[in-house]
Amino acid sequence: MVTHENGGGHGHHQAPTGFIRKYVFSIDHKVIGIQYLCLALFSVFVGMALSALMRLHLGWPNAHWSIFKGGLMTPEQYLALMTMHGTIMVFMVLTTAPQSGFGNYFLPIQIGAADMAFPVLNMLSFWTTMVSLLVMIAAFFVAGGAPIGGWTSYPPLSALGEMAGPGQGAGETLWIIGLAIFCGASLMGALNFITTLIDLRVKGMTLGRLPLTCWTWFVTAILGLLAFGVLLAACILLLLDRIAGTSFFIPGGLVITDQVITWHKGGSPLLWQHLFWFFGHPEVYIAILPGMGVASHLLSTFSRKPVFGYRAMVGAICGIGFLGFCVWGHHMFISGMSPYSAFAFSILTMTIGVPSAIKTFNWLGTLWGGKITFNCAMLFALGFVSLFVSGGLSGLFLAQPALDLYLHDGYFVVAHFHLIMGVAAIFGMFAGLYFWFPKMFGRFLNEGIGKLHFWLTFIGVYAIFMPMHFLGLAGHPRRYFDTTAVDFLQKLQPVHVFISIAAFITIGAQLIFLFNFFYSLFAGKECKEENPWHATTLEWSIPSPPPFDNFAGVEPVVYHGPYEFSVPGAADDYIPQHLAPNLVKKA
Amino acid sequence: MLRRRSEQGSTTVALSLAVFLVLMTVVTVYIFWAKVWWFPPAITAFGHEIDAQFVRTFVITGVVFVLAQFGLAYAVFKFRDRGQKVSYFEGNNTMEIVWTLATVVLFVGLGLYARNAWAQVHFQGAAEGALPIEITAQQFVWNFRYAGPDGKFGREKPELVSASTGNPVGLDSTDPASKDDIVSPVIAVPVNREIELIIRSQDVTHSFYVRELRLKQDAVPGMEIHMHFNASMPGNYEIACAELCGLGHYRMHSMLQVMTQEDFDKWVKDQEAANQ
Repeated sequence: MVTHENGGGHGHHQAPTGFIRKYVFSIDHKVIGIQYLCLALFSVFVGMALSALMRLHLGWPNAHWSIFKGGLMTPEQYLALMTMHGTIMVFMVLTTAPQSGFGNYFLPIQIGAADMAFPVLNMLSFWTTMVSLLVMIAAFFVAGGAPIGGWTSYPPLSALGEMAGPGQGAGETLWIIGLAIFCGASLMGALNFITTLIDLRVKGMTLGRLPLTCWTWFVTAILGLLAFGVLLAACILLLLDRIAGTSFFIPGGLVITDQVITWHKGGSPLLWQHLFWFFGHPEVYIAILPGMGVASHLLSTFSRKPVFGYRAMVGAICGIGFLGFCVWGHHMFISGMSPYSAFAFSILTMTIGVPSAIKTFNWLGTLWGGKITFNCAMLFALGFVSLFVSGGLSGLFLAQPALDLYLHDGYFVVAHFHLIMGVAAIFGMFAGLYFWFPKMFGRFLNEGIGKLHFWLTFIGVYAIFMPMHFLGLAGHPRRYFDTTAVDFLQKLQPVHVFISIAAFITIGAQLIFLFNFFYSLFAGKECKEENPWHATTLEWSIPSPPPFDNFAGVEPVVYHGPYEFSVPGAADDYIPQHLAPNLVKKA
Repeated sequence: MLRRRSEQGSTTVALSLAVFLVLMTVVTVYIFWAKVWWFPPAITAFGHEIDAQFVRTFVITGVVFVLAQFGLAYAVFKFRDRGQKVSYFEGNNTMEIVWTLATVVLFVGLGLYARNAWAQVHFQGAAEGALPIEITAQQFVWNFRYAGPDGKFGREKPELVSASTGNPVGLDSTDPASKDDIVSPVIAVPVNREIELIIRSQDVTHSFYVRELRLKQDAVPGMEIHMHFNASMPGNYEIACAELCGLGHYRMHSMLQVMTQEDFDKWVKDQEAANQ
């Protein structure tokens, strides 16, 4: 293992004084973490507003709204909303908040470092992400509007320009450029995380004493480094097909609305799918792994027990990370890929259920025999476990190519991935936010409002996404503007109405959260202690909020594992990692 | 101090959470079990096989789902903070090994079991004497082409494609083999006859999907993908596009008409007459 004797890499540095250097172009990992969280918070409300519009239309496709002349939306507007909802949620929320937001803030502190290994690179990766968000949002305001090809953007639909549909012109070009910029930002972030974790761990912070949150941020960064490079290449090739006349993804002999395309030949639409899903499947784990880390961390802290099977948990995190790169073909069972490789991908995908099951068992094992406190942070962590199980098990259906013949590209898939990578990951973030808010801002989020937020959200997301499985069983294809053109879909309309109502209530609950966030930021109960939760990891050994260089130049030394709760023979029910053995009070 | 205070409401919250988890689980399993929303009956042999595998998967995941959610509900309620002493343990290697092996056997076994249905659809080609039908997808229409009495598909040229003048697939009339080809916007097939589909696309990726066949296959430009089925029940079945293909994706719809051999022969004659 590598540790630095003299603290975080670049030593003790001075806090900046000017507003711009302090809050805008800051190189402090804590400020950058909060910037990422703000970016994600803005994006999640944009993404949610788009879904509200879609649900309004899907629930009542034939309604005449007096405020919208000529109907609520056109088919291409619906598809543009859908595309941008998916893109913004996956990239700007699920990739930024759990990893770049919380990871940036807490990874250095939890390993005892004063900052990330490359603070300037860190600043650069945030501002690059910001540029990418602006470029993507700009797609709404160009001629033809936002792209309609879905977040997967399959060519030739995405490669042929305006002739393939409205939004496939300038909007799609901006989308690809925005995504490529995002890849660059993520690569910078991933490098920084990996280097920081390997190089800047404080004395005594062996790999076996790393909090599970750090393990998940570390493995997520490795996934990001390997996956975003491939997506970046794919984006560049797609862009070249569109603007430079190349044919990486476009075969010859295409005819669109009676017009023969003579200037493209020899490309393969499946090549894009392989490249995209080689990124796209690990992306699922990029979104969910940090949530797993937070859930493990909180289940242990609030049941006052060590994590059950710490080594198995680390093994499962690494196993999920590795297998995550071996299963992308399960998105392509019906794509025309060889049916023999489909079968191989299927078995590998079933295997990835094993580390996921290990984690679930170990979470239950952590709770078993504990003493559980139900604050908002813990409630969201428990909700995470329930949602992870519900969303994960439907993966066992989709992993079998024979069943995928029926379920593929239908609402069963929509239910599956929303539960596991959308909602479960977001529950991980909420859990983290309720837990770390006092450390970050010196005030607590309001528990009463928080509980209301939890209950409405937890019941709400089940009410939205469980029924989608049944739409999928009835054969409902996804990405449908409405159900009017297909007979068997019209019978399913009441389910859409139910889902829409549940969605509006759940979205309303997020406004309660937004209120709580800003109210508590300025008027919440003050947190004067360093360690209000009686937790063990290093962030709880420093003031709330922490000073500029975290440990005020005093290097902590780690003596204990991350989850030493209720250790027999100790007076307190927790032993902080930095507490010297002779200072641990005996019972 | 904060922890002490939240302890008071602990029983209420624990009970509510446990009750919700149990209710959610029971309602979900019931709706699956009662088949409130379910597939339509399958009309192919591999369709029945797929349904059986679905039920197997449902039983196994259902058991895991119930155990995990009930386990969580139980733990949440049983181990709520009542000032009890925590039982300290850091793990149990035997249990880790047992449940790892159990899930390997269960999940991978399930995956291997599914091989049969997939093999019927994909590993085996169409049976001898299958009736070939070519599917050409385009934004936002399905075209189905039959080879006619000569059993040969005529030549097609992209530059001849003209949906507006009634040549949606670009048939080249100078090729004698194309003379008797039938192009139809719906697909008619005789019952209990092996059908070989040749699936193509002119523009973007589409997906041919008939629920009752339990069959879905992308139509990929630049590729010719062969599929086969044998429908055992006459009737009209809806075809819906299952791969996002542009603004008209939701209305890219057609019908599969499964009919007796006599009706099919008559249908072919009518089509030929219309072609003249």
